[in-house]
Amino acid sequence: MDKIVSLEKALEKIKDGMTIMIGGFLGVGTPEKLIDGMIEKGVKDLTIIANDTAFPEVGVGKLVVNKMVKHVQTSHIGTNPETGRQMNAGETEVELIPQGTLAERIRCGGAGLGGFLTPTGIGTIVEEGKRKIKIRDKEYLLELPLKADVALIKAHKADKKGNLVYRKSARNFNPIMAMAADLVIAEAQEIVEVGEIDPDEVMTPGIFVDMIVRGDK
Amino acid sequence: MDKNKKRELIVKRIAKELKDGDIVNLGIGMPTMVANYVNEGKEIIFQSENGFVGLGPRPEKGQEDSDLTNAGGQPVTIIPGGAFFDSATSFAIIRGGHVDVTVLGALQVDEKGNLANWMIPGKLVPGMGGAMDLTVGAKKVIIAMEHTSKKGDPKILKKCTLPLTAKEEVDLIVTEMGVIEVTDKGLVLKEINPAFTVEEVQEKTEAELIIPDDLKEMVVD
Repeated sequence: MDKIVSLEKALEKIKDGMTIMIGGFLGVGTPEKLIDGMIEKGVKDLTIIANDTAFPEVGVGKLVVNKMVKHVQTSHIGTNPETGRQMNAGETEVELIPQGTLAERIRCGGAGLGGFLTPTGIGTIVEEGKRKIKIRDKEYLLELPLKADVALIKAHKADKKGNLVYRKSARNFNPIMAMAADLVIAEAQEIVEVGEIDPDEVMTPGIFVDMIVRGDK
Repeated sequence: MDKNKKRELIVKRIAKELKDGDIVNLGIGMPTMVANYVNEGKEIIFQSENGFVGLGPRPEKGQEDSDLTNAGGQPVTIIPGGAFFDSATSFAIIRGGHVDVTVLGALQVDEKGNLANWMIPGKLVPGMGGAMDLTVGAKKVIIAMEHTSKKGDPKILKKCTLPLTAKEEVDLIVTEMGVIEVTDKGLVLKEINPAFTVEEVQEKTEAELIIPDDLKEMVVD
């Protein structure tokens, strides 16, 4: 089975109203080619799960600016004034989640767990509407798993089986998102033959990856 | 005191608080400057919430790597012996008590050690990023801030009025006026900048300060 596909073929899978996880931290480790392709295709009413909404000209921020997002689950929108504007105008629903809780909810989604207990958010507005559970005299919030229809992943290197290697701080949310979606599309800066990545060096096993798109170097 | 002098004093004093071998996470803004003042004899390992330990200084111009930034998105370096990891691991480090010290800014902090630093309803809603996890998870939470707001209003309060980042987690507050420890009995002024009197510090602080007999001078050099 050949996982390498054209950008167009990958984009066929992305449809209006989908929930999409997108890797990256302020745009570092975000698959920009897939984002640009989505903008060109003009998908809308998306629910986006991402660490942040980056900058108006970068990564997830471009989807916000192009009004393709109806709901975003994220830890930070401060670097993209347009997200704040749309939130205040009631155009986009913004759900702010502590970064560690966001990461762990995604991990739970991919790991088949029903949720987890965290002390983060106790005594703050984050606890509103959530179950509190006491374990050994300490209070925790029950946080639930997150899953997506599609995850868009940025890898430094992929082999043709989809084994992925990330580079430096561009790894961030990519490995956990690659485990938490029904369809996983990786944009790789470099694609190599099977066997060229040492199994000990693989960061995301290829079994999680459905499609590989060639990215810009 | 001008703003830069105040900030330099604050971050220099906090740098003295870090111990050899500490794993430290510095927040965005003034806390980031703490790294510039760590004594050469001390080895501090800086953690960057976006996924690595061994955060190093800014690269030389032209040496920036677009895949290597700090949590503020600025180009940085990684020192030999550093390591990259994913976001779930990064927050396992943070939440799991593997970070010895975090230094964060604050909008308000109160006598119970409550911290508000992530939103002003209706005005500024950037999101909490990693601040809630850091405040809850780090063994020691140090607040680096100017003693009062731009308007001169106290920021150290009896009770925070803004939405909290975390409940009762702050350990130490360092401002240009002094060093304040959060204790079960309340806020203890441990050190005072000799440029101010105790009365002046209290006047700029809404919460009642406990003045110990062995009040020291805040010394940075």
